[in-house]
Amino acid sequence: MAKLDLRGVRKSYGSVEVIKGIDLTVDHGEFCVFVGPSGCGKSTLLRMIAGLESITAGEVAIGEEVVNAIPAADRGLAMVFQSYALYPHMTVRQNLSFGLENIQTPKPQIREKVEAVAKMLQIDMLLDRRPKDLSGGQRQRVAIGRAVVREPNIFLFDEPLSNLDAELRVDMRGEIAALHKRLGNTMVYVTHDQVEAMTMADKIAVLRLGELEQFGRPLDLFNTPANLFVAGFIGSPKMNFLQGRTDADNRSRLILDTGDTIDLPEGRFTQAPGQAVTLGLRPTELQPDPDGALHAHVGAVEQLGSESYLYGTFQNGTPVTVHNPGQTTIRPGDKVTLTAKSTAMHLFDTETGLTLRA
Amino acid sequence: MSVATQDTAIRTGRVTRTFIYVFLLVFALFYLLPFLVMVLNSLKPLEEITSGNMIALPQDWTIAPWLSAWSTAQIGVEPTGLRPYFWNSIKMVVPAVAISTVLGALNGYVLTKWRFRFDTILFGLMLFACFIPFQIVLIPMARILGELGIAGTTTGLILVHVVYGLGFSTLYFRNYYAAFPTELVRAAQIDGAGFFQIFWRILLPSSGPIIVVCVIWQFTNIWNDFLFGASFASGGAAPMTVALNNLVNSSTGVAEYNVHFAGAIMAAGPTLLVYIVAGRYFVRGLMAGSVKG
Amino acid sequence: MAAADTRADFRTRMQNWLPKIVLAPSVTLMLIFVYGFIFYTIYLSFTGSRMLPSYDWVGLRNYENLFRLSHWEIAITNLGIFASLYIIICTLIGLSLAIFLDQKIRGEGFLRPIYLYPMALSFIVTGTAWKWLLDPGIGIEATMQTWGFTEFTFNWIKDRDMAIYTIVIAAVWQTSGFVMAMFLAGLRGIDNEILKAAQMDGASNWSLYRRIIIPQLRPAFLSAFVILSHLAIKSYDLVIAMTDGGPGRATELPATFMYSYTFTRNQMGIGASSAVIMLMTIAAIMIPYLYAELREKK
Repeated sequence: MAKLDLRGVRKSYGSVEVIKGIDLTVDHGEFCVFVGPSGCGKSTLLRMIAGLESITAGEVAIGEEVVNAIPAADRGLAMVFQSYALYPHMTVRQNLSFGLENIQTPKPQIREKVEAVAKMLQIDMLLDRRPKDLSGGQRQRVAIGRAVVREPNIFLFDEPLSNLDAELRVDMRGEIAALHKRLGNTMVYVTHDQVEAMTMADKIAVLRLGELEQFGRPLDLFNTPANLFVAGFIGSPKMNFLQGRTDADNRSRLILDTGDTIDLPEGRFTQAPGQAVTLGLRPTELQPDPDGALHAHVGAVEQLGSESYLYGTFQNGTPVTVHNPGQTTIRPGDKVTLTAKSTAMHLFDTETGLTLRA
Repeated sequence: MSVATQDTAIRTGRVTRTFIYVFLLVFALFYLLPFLVMVLNSLKPLEEITSGNMIALPQDWTIAPWLSAWSTAQIGVEPTGLRPYFWNSIKMVVPAVAISTVLGALNGYVLTKWRFRFDTILFGLMLFACFIPFQIVLIPMARILGELGIAGTTTGLILVHVVYGLGFSTLYFRNYYAAFPTELVRAAQIDGAGFFQIFWRILLPSSGPIIVVCVIWQFTNIWNDFLFGASFASGGAAPMTVALNNLVNSSTGVAEYNVHFAGAIMAAGPTLLVYIVAGRYFVRGLMAGSVKG
Repeated sequence: MAAADTRADFRTRMQNWLPKIVLAPSVTLMLIFVYGFIFYTIYLSFTGSRMLPSYDWVGLRNYENLFRLSHWEIAITNLGIFASLYIIICTLIGLSLAIFLDQKIRGEGFLRPIYLYPMALSFIVTGTAWKWLLDPGIGIEATMQTWGFTEFTFNWIKDRDMAIYTIVIAAVWQTSGFVMAMFLAGLRGIDNEILKAAQMDGASNWSLYRRIIIPQLRPAFLSAFVILSHLAIKSYDLVIAMTDGGPGRATELPATFMYSYTFTRNQMGIGASSAVIMLMTIAAIMIPYLYAELREKK
């Protein structure tokens, strides 16, 4: 069983700590995505799991075995790199065989395995070519093939799709998901693209500045973000944030900095009276409504036919995005009032950034 | 650096253009003339030179000066010609180039792909070592070679050239490997390849050009060295350059200019040959040794 | 399980140590033969060593004597003349050749190697060629005279006041092609579109070069300066082959001074101190340059 455990994992370069104590468990067969902005430490963390970076403190365990001191090659992992890292002077076949040769696999067996994997990934007709003669998508397949052929317990992917064009990326996303389903292995996948994370993951770990912000299933992260960062990072277009303060006498009454006042639903949040809070509203949950409580000024309108977006500002200049299914008659320069479903509201403590969900 | 594609050419008139061509050709002549003079006069009898026209073709073609320079001319006290010294140089240059290149490649590999604390400082120290005036090491080197019992031998010279060639060979390989994708090394690590296996199977197969550059540079430098040769192997183990200087600057007897020229061409031969065969790499090495990788 | 653990452990430790083990011989050699030797020579320069190293400390006396010697004064004056002319002329020729060669010249591929081949020669070979070429008895002077210019004289190499300039000529001949290659690489690295834009802005050819192109060659100028000054300070072979420091002491340079004081005049202390001065001069030029280059690369 290849369960992956990180316990209090830390990494420092000299006095600079880049991974600040991460605890998480990826269960056998799960597809886990590490996501975060660049510099959050997600790739470093992946390389530590791989055995390519030393671990300053804490433990990495695969199955039940702590692998801190075990060399990369002996951890039963395979990795797909961002640049694919195909050996340029070797043919596709040699690229796929290299890892097996290093563990002294008999020749006929290597041949058999390589050909089976190549067939599965539909690269069998490319086996005698060199990487430079392949297209981006083909190289990607070879890189995946090189990982698959080693029959690892855990697959690691380091931003594998970021060098592909948009269309191919969608295709490959589907293929990797299908691969996961077919092989049933544990996979850890690093990306900065939250769409990739949402579409592929069983579990998402959101990282920022070397810390784990939230770990959970994609929709849980979307529906109940633990803090302002996750709320802003997951979901596209981004969540609108409005700062304000609860009424000193009535904690259900929220006085926004925009000048508007709204009522918070009873019992959903743990806000105190007179507390500085940030209200989060997803663009999809905001609607133009003549009776709405929020006053905004529309700056730009994007009509996409089946949907439309309004970009504007509240009275104090806070930007706002509204997603509207279908087409709209609102035009740039219009003043609108907006309303939000109370069930779709997110509320955070402005000071700590943490959710105030009850 | 060598992939020069674009010209910063400007629009020029006919007169300017003619001037440019004349200028370029005059300088081509300037660079060619001394060598031409050497070749022409090495094929003349001595009287034709002393009677005055260096640039004229030989009236009486002869290869006698070449034969003399190669096997009978007086070098120091012995009439051996340059032949034994030519072999001295070969025996010195081949191992020295091989060893310094291999070490340089390994150093470059470690310094770029297995980085550790202080590696940049270490490299800085090696880099500075390329540029020291060798006068600063002559005295202790003479002593150490004496104590090791290899003063005045080819072995001693090999050691000297390996030591002072290391800086450049490391510089070449480090700069080359710095541009080599580290992800390939990581991939090979995951594929189970060890330290030497990665070097041997992943980096080396892609190192052809830099090996050529490094070998040519080391070969040219070591072959052309005079200071170390003159300081540490002036007797029977002297390299070609030292022997040539002895031939030309010996004060005894009549100066046999034609023999000197023949000898100079022999001393220039191997490096010139390398330049003609692989000039592109020679230039690349020069540039990498001066500017960036 | 425990056995496997220790094995894995050993392998990991080996893998961690291997890079350092591989680097160790080179580092040791460098530390002893370069830096150890430098310190040893510096130490000797403070001793009264004569034919053999001795360890009696004499403080700065060697340096004081050194700067009192007219011989040394000649050597550094010569170096000043030689280095400045060598650097300036090489740069001018190199830059001109590079700019002209960059004008879509037919036969560029033929000319470039001709300019550069002297760089492949030993200074001893170059010295031999120029020694006889400049010799009044058989060289250019004699040739011009047989051609009928009987008044023509060119005997600098025998002239105490002019001999140092013949060294400049030979040294320029050897390295100016290389400087050309450096500038040419710089020129080829300039973004063509900037030039197009400048031409759209109505820049004349002259101002295009003066205002746009040459300022962008700054790194090439810097490298050329560093390399040439470094070569100038180290110059030894060429002088030995051409003039052996003569006539008289007319072409003595610090490098030849150091050699003769240390090994033929048995003044090792003074020889060592002159070597230290040479090292410090080069270090003053190279260290800032290398430091900047290394930092840039990081």
